[in-house]
Amino acid sequence: MRKLLTFVLAAALLSSCSNSAKKSAEGEKSSVNLTAAGATFPLPFYNMVFKKYGDETGAQVTYGGIGSGGGIRSLKDQVVDFGATDGFLSDDKLAEMPGEVLHIPTCMGAVVIAFNIPGVDSLKLSNALLEKIFMGEITKWDDAAIKANNEGTTLPGMDITVVHRSDGSGTTQIFSDFMTKISEKWASQVGVGKSLNWPVGMGAKGNPGVAGTISQTEGAIGYIGSEFAFAQKISMAKVENSSGAYVLPSIESISAAAKGDIPNDTRIMLTNSSDPDSYPISGFTWIILYKEQNYNGRTEAQAKQTVDLLKWLMSPKAQDEAAKVHYAPLPALAVEKAKAILSTVTFGGKPIE
Amino acid sequence: MKLEYFKMNSDRITRIVLSLVSFIIVIVAAGMVYSLIEGSIPAIKTFGWKFIFSNNWDPTSGRENYGALPFIAGTMITSILALLISLPLSFSTSLFLGEYFKGTRVARILNMLVDLLAGIPSIVYGLWGFYVLRPLMIDLGIGNQGFGVFTSSVILAIMIIPYATSLSNEIIAMVPNDLKEAAYSLGATRLEVIQTVTIPNAHSGIIAGYILSFGRALGETMAVTMLIGNSNKVPDSLFGTGNSMASVIANQFGEADGLKLSSLIAIGLLLFLITGIVNALGKLIIKRMTR
Repeated sequence: MRKLLTFVLAAALLSSCSNSAKKSAEGEKSSVNLTAAGATFPLPFYNMVFKKYGDETGAQVTYGGIGSGGGIRSLKDQVVDFGATDGFLSDDKLAEMPGEVLHIPTCMGAVVIAFNIPGVDSLKLSNALLEKIFMGEITKWDDAAIKANNEGTTLPGMDITVVHRSDGSGTTQIFSDFMTKISEKWASQVGVGKSLNWPVGMGAKGNPGVAGTISQTEGAIGYIGSEFAFAQKISMAKVENSSGAYVLPSIESISAAAKGDIPNDTRIMLTNSSDPDSYPISGFTWIILYKEQNYNGRTEAQAKQTVDLLKWLMSPKAQDEAAKVHYAPLPALAVEKAKAILSTVTFGGKPIE
Repeated sequence: MKLEYFKMNSDRITRIVLSLVSFIIVIVAAGMVYSLIEGSIPAIKTFGWKFIFSNNWDPTSGRENYGALPFIAGTMITSILALLISLPLSFSTSLFLGEYFKGTRVARILNMLVDLLAGIPSIVYGLWGFYVLRPLMIDLGIGNQGFGVFTSSVILAIMIIPYATSLSNEIIAMVPNDLKEAAYSLGATRLEVIQTVTIPNAHSGIIAGYILSFGRALGETMAVTMLIGNSNKVPDSLFGTGNSMASVIANQFGEADGLKLSSLIAIGLLLFLITGIVNALGKLIIKRMTR
């Protein structure tokens, strides 16, 4: 599997090299092409902005949506110019990499709690309710605890069907990270991960699978990536954030999650943010690259192109595109920190201008 | 003289090319077995026999544990149930086609329809199951929102009917006519002929047909994964949700690495072995019968 991937990426890299050689011979809009791979969550965003970047500069950026795990693996094998992931690399994982790896946040997304209860289009979920529903302790929609939290809403006496992802996913990781922060029981019995040992419910494949199952199943509740949910007509719950406010997921409330201070290396899970306006199940998605760009025979031009692309991604022009495809743009502080990180990238020990 | 030399040569070339091509098949098959075994070594080393008998599938890092029992159970239960459901349907159809209405126009049309069923892709059965069969199950009051082992078994049963039917149909049609005529001349009714001549003569072939279609049900992926509910536990009832071996592999390989990937490959190896044994059994019975 890994060998095959390496082979395919190497082939893509090779062909991109030969393409660029051809192009530079052709004319002035000459450029170096880049190959990248990783998370599927930001795929629609990357597809759009990379194409836009290509139109402006003539550089072709090929991005393979092979999953965060695949993105990290490809960067480790040094077969890509950069990788992409929905979860930051832990200190252990960073130490395993052959060189120092930098994280550049590119946009923000969230995990929405979608539901299908006939006659109900608004639902408020406290942290305690989320724990009880997803641990399988509350099994009926007209449970007293849900009723007490949603006064004025008539809830039917229907069974709750929990729908989760059957495949490994960064969406599950963000959701479980939030659950771990708000519930000790969840933390000790389920934990965090791309796939989990679910105490209750049934699985469906991908965001489309979960969304489809929820919309086909009366009484269903589940979690879906915001980039997918916002594009669909699906009922979303207001979730209690750490200030006790019930917040509906939106571009603004997701961006608000990163308003607070973030570490200089931007490696932070933004779930359960302290900002009172924030939607609590939000997170960054990152592009990862080596600090030292001279590896595996890469040219200085490639290194420069990589940094130029990432700097351009931080520009308002690129960030404004995010909302169009249902992602939230980075707040100013995150952009600032990302730019600072990018200025430390080197080629052969020398900074890239 | 020249022509003869060329002829001899072309014959040799054909032989060499043919053996090379068949050798490629051998290499591919051996390579598959090798990579399955090699890939599953870490899981086998870590869990040993517990891999097959443990029902705890926990991918959370820190307490990683992979037991394949939920998936083995899911696969075996859905396949056996599918076989039981399809049995009366395909058996009646094969009697209809191979005995009662043998050679008639109705039989030809029905035969065509059965073949058509065999040609429908798995994903189409899955869609139909999701949007038609599942709501039907909900109306019948079958639990867990219509998802689960029973719904998957019904869809599997429909999928394997054509295989069981056409195999046993051919074998029923092969029963020598003089035997049947002899029975008729003794005054036997049609039903008696079927009971005393057709079935005793064809029974091992019919069984082999069912074993082969059982083998098919074991590996079926798409339709099952859309309907079984994908919860990684041993199904608690026939109407509960579960997961199957093929479906957990299809769902999880994308983001899997390390021990988890190895465990998925080990499930693949198990599935390969089970279907291999089932198919060999079926072939053995057919071989015995035709001897």
